Amino acid sequence: LETLSSTSKMAAPMSNVDEIRDRVILGEFGVRNVHTTDYPGNYPGYDDTWDLEKFKKNFRIDIVNSDENMLEFDMIGIDAAIANAFRRILLAEVPTMAIEKVFVYNNTSIIQDEILAHRLGLVPIKADPRLFEYRNPEDQEGTEIDTIQLQLKVKCTRNPRAPKDSSDPKELYLNHMVYSGDIKWLPIGNQADVFADAKIGPVHGDILLAQLRPGQELDIVMHCVKGIGKDHAKFSPVATASYRLLPEITLLQTIEGEQAERLKRCFSPGVIEIQNVNGRKVAKVVNSRLDTCSREVLRHDDLKSLVKLGRVRDHFIFSVESTGILPADVLVTEAINVLISKCQKFLTELDAAEMD
Amino acid sequence: MTHMICGQQHIHAASTGHVERAIDANMVRTDGADEGCVTFVLHEEDHTLGNSLRYMIMKSLSRVVCFYSQDVEFCGYSITHPSESKINFRIQTRDGVAASEPLRSGLNNLTEVCKHVLHTFEARMQAFRDKEEPMS
Repeated sequence: LETLSSTSKMAAPMSNVDEIRDRVILGEFGVRNVHTTDYPGNYPGYDDTWDLEKFKKNFRIDIVNSDENMLEFDMIGIDAAIANAFRRILLAEVPTMAIEKVFVYNNTSIIQDEILAHRLGLVPIKADPRLFEYRNPEDQEGTEIDTIQLQLKVKCTRNPRAPKDSSDPKELYLNHMVYSGDIKWLPIGNQADVFADAKIGPVHGDILLAQLRPGQELDIVMHCVKGIGKDHAKFSPVATASYRLLPEITLLQTIEGEQAERLKRCFSPGVIEIQNVNGRKVAKVVNSRLDTCSREVLRHDDLKSLVKLGRVRDHFIFSVESTGILPADVLVTEAINVLISKCQKFLTELDAAEMD
Repeated sequence: MTHMICGQQHIHAASTGHVERAIDANMVRTDGADEGCVTFVLHEEDHTLGNSLRYMIMKSLSRVVCFYSQDVEFCGYSITHPSESKINFRIQTRDGVAASEPLRSGLNNLTEVCKHVLHTFEARMQAFRDKEEPMS
């Protein structure tokens, strides 16, 4: 995936106006030209009014990488305000199920109740949140449509068949490590039929929750409810979701020989390539996407005037990593739906207000 | 907070008298008799909707097709206090246009953008998965 402007060795310089409109400039002492300025009326000669057809023509999404839990894709032709809204919603407003109430019947381990409850809350629970409702605030018990019941019951005992004079806990004790895999699902009501084939429980079975010694035990019942990341970070469905703007490196002159070598070292590997042109080694920008924009080149006095660093303002490289509850692409779809429902909510409020 | 003033700088002086109507999630404060200068209080919202809605309203089409003349003279939002989950969303319009009109069109435009992004994303994910199938 190469951007159009970095394939040419020396791109034709952008006109000043285009640069202000489309690029964020990375200078030596700061980043300039950050804010969106293309509102109608700001640039004479440009028609910047909102046009859905023009937006649809310019807008593009390219999926770069996708597996179980990780998705990398490009969103091109959209403004930062909306891309950021998607990012914020992915982090904080896509609902998931997580352990909320922990009923401790017996805890004789050295992990205090509240610490254990905190750790349990952070364990991701593999249950599709779209199949559940939010719990009513007044409801203490929880019904089958808004609660998942889980149980953790572990007792540590001495291993009768341990070799004498061994000092390895793995040999001396049984059940001395409590993992998230020990959490069992207790179906309520009709959940056993509705979720017959879905394995409801923690996403990962190898999260260490507590350590025990012989005689200590845990007997805990947990209730999971639906919530959003805004309320508590345990409800956040993403390990993280972030975006960066596509970097753009423009070489203002031909850079040859030893300077080219030094230039190559200033950028991340793979960004600049040395090519052999007429027997001379010449630097060329091959893949600016890989650059991490450290602006190292601006620290060298002889190189800093030969290069222009910037970012393409409307090209967002999104990276979404899911905790495993929902696949990453489903999370992006849900996030967009959340923004749509926010708008609809206020539209109906406006209509109701107009009625009065 | 970010204020984007489109076109000429023209700040309305606040007139006397406030009219407060309390509506469920929405509280409207109008300056005197001018329906064009309104501060909407949006509850349970933050930069997520505030910034994107501000952008859509500022990009809005003008009904008056005239150089330098836009419906919306001022559009901005601010978070009153970080502990309170609400934003003050202010719209000032020109020529007596009711402020709820650019708000409504901004919300509609934002919905259209989201729907298009959704369709494009789903189509591209499907194409990506179809491309991966024969390889796996």
